[in-house]
Amino acid sequence: MGMTITEKVLAAHAGLKEVAPGQLINCKVDIALANDITAPISIKEFRQAGATKVFDKDKVALVPDHFAPNKDIDSANQVKMVREFALEQNLTHFWDVGRMGVEHTLLPEQGVVGPGDLVIGADSHTCTYGALGAFASGVGSTDLAAAMITGEAWYRVPETMLFSLKGKPAKWITGKDVILYIIGKIGVDGALYKAMEYTGDGAANLSLDDRFTICNMAIEAGAKNGIFTPDAKTKAYVEGRFKRTPKYYASDTDAKYCERMDIDLSTMELQVAFPHLPSNTRTISNVGTVKVDQVVVGSCTNGRYSDLKIAADLMRGKKVAKGVRMIVIPATQDIYKQAMKDGLLEVFIDAEAVVSTPTCGPCLGGHMGILGAGEKALTTTNRNFVGRMGHRTSEVYLAGPAVAAATAITGKISSPEDVL
Amino acid sequence: MSNKVLKGKAHMFGADVDTDAIIPARYLTTIDPVELAKHVMEDADPEFPKKVKAGDVIVAQKNFGCGSSREHAPIAIKGAKVSCVIAKSFARIFYRNAFNMGLPIFESADAPDRIKPGDELEVDMSTGVIKNITRNESYHAAPIPPFMQQLIEAGGLMASIKKKMGVN
Repeated sequence: MGMTITEKVLAAHAGLKEVAPGQLINCKVDIALANDITAPISIKEFRQAGATKVFDKDKVALVPDHFAPNKDIDSANQVKMVREFALEQNLTHFWDVGRMGVEHTLLPEQGVVGPGDLVIGADSHTCTYGALGAFASGVGSTDLAAAMITGEAWYRVPETMLFSLKGKPAKWITGKDVILYIIGKIGVDGALYKAMEYTGDGAANLSLDDRFTICNMAIEAGAKNGIFTPDAKTKAYVEGRFKRTPKYYASDTDAKYCERMDIDLSTMELQVAFPHLPSNTRTISNVGTVKVDQVVVGSCTNGRYSDLKIAADLMRGKKVAKGVRMIVIPATQDIYKQAMKDGLLEVFIDAEAVVSTPTCGPCLGGHMGILGAGEKALTTTNRNFVGRMGHRTSEVYLAGPAVAAATAITGKISSPEDVL
Repeated sequence: MSNKVLKGKAHMFGADVDTDAIIPARYLTTIDPVELAKHVMEDADPEFPKKVKAGDVIVAQKNFGCGSSREHAPIAIKGAKVSCVIAKSFARIFYRNAFNMGLPIFESADAPDRIKPGDELEVDMSTGVIKNITRNESYHAAPIPPFMQQLIEAGGLMASIKKKMGVN
């Protein structure tokens, strides 16, 4: 019987010829990942279990990115615990301030994760790596601790929902609009426990950055993973970057899907998710007048070079509206450096935006741009739950980089067409 | 442990209660259950940490625990001595985390619609039967699969791994 790409990657890591949805399997993991919020619990569990060594020092990745650079003494102590563990275990993949970036942007960029991998991460946005044709899924710290010790994790093979993409997206439309559109249609539990597979001719019209954003927010639909079939663009991205040998899988033509949705990228409009759920979407033409206090461009969802480029191209020669704070956060040091070389950072600074060192920072209301009572933010991040970016009466609106830049210029949620 | 009957008052919440509502990220600079419990559910109901009592039950609609992977969410709930969570459905990562932490959770289609705030509940862990003492009704929760019961009995995932490794 035919298998989906998700089933194939899972079967390969379980040492099985085939697997079917609902089956419980034990898999070998290629990379086990945690950050400065989740790793401390994993390390505590690791020690309490009596473990002394991780299963493979090349396969455990630790990235202090959430509250780093340390925002206060408590977070400094948490990062210290992670750093000491990484040194003690002689981990190959540990990045401290100056080298670190937002984990889900950093790992693909540095060639640590790649096609055909099975990645387990103590962070819900671990699903990002599905963009490369990997099976990647978020878990809690205890599951991660078990994987750090044994190199294995158990899974229930998920049913797969197929999203068939056709057409070419219009100017300004990015992966963020595609995924917000989908979540708006299926809801925040529309893909609960399931795999979201993207296929069709339209997939070739999406850049890797678009695909990272789309897979990144699979969790916002409740999914276990999001996944694209590797193609020529994937191969070009991975070549000379991925440190191991990529394995390219594709779904069989007779693979079984539990649901199917056709999406025409050519008619896709810019999307904005209103408070307080990512599924609460509207097209830009239906937003009405929403004044904002803050704009953020960054995060594992949209802190990549292409996001900064879209925003900078709109903002060149313009100023951030009076009364609005704009915060730009390149997701990694490499992105930061490239943006500097290409003059993007100068555009932002001239526009009177602030450019931050890489961090998850404000996305989760950690630091570097917390909202006060009743304040509103338009951001390229991934969640707009109550209190997500600060005070419980503050509001978060989610969109892609073009809407973010236009909004910063006008001070109210705007289309890029409004500022040309 | 798994035959224990859990008793407490119901605290009602809506659909899609996210992990930021269960324990906001601003408190994630600690992993101490008692500290985390001081802020449990605070962005959904600021009074909750003060009024919750040992044994009480959180009852919610669909997709409880959506959002981040933070294990601090079930830890904070357990830290507040909540005995279990009943919901129409749970988000995937929270579901795993709850069992791994030894927090009993029950999926029930009808209980969340019938239970009212403050109702006295008795939940039988081994049968999944939820008795509403206040209303003299009972509801059924989805049975917990046997291997998950074993995880809870061992005291969570780590304890079961400890057993495998032969560590006392």
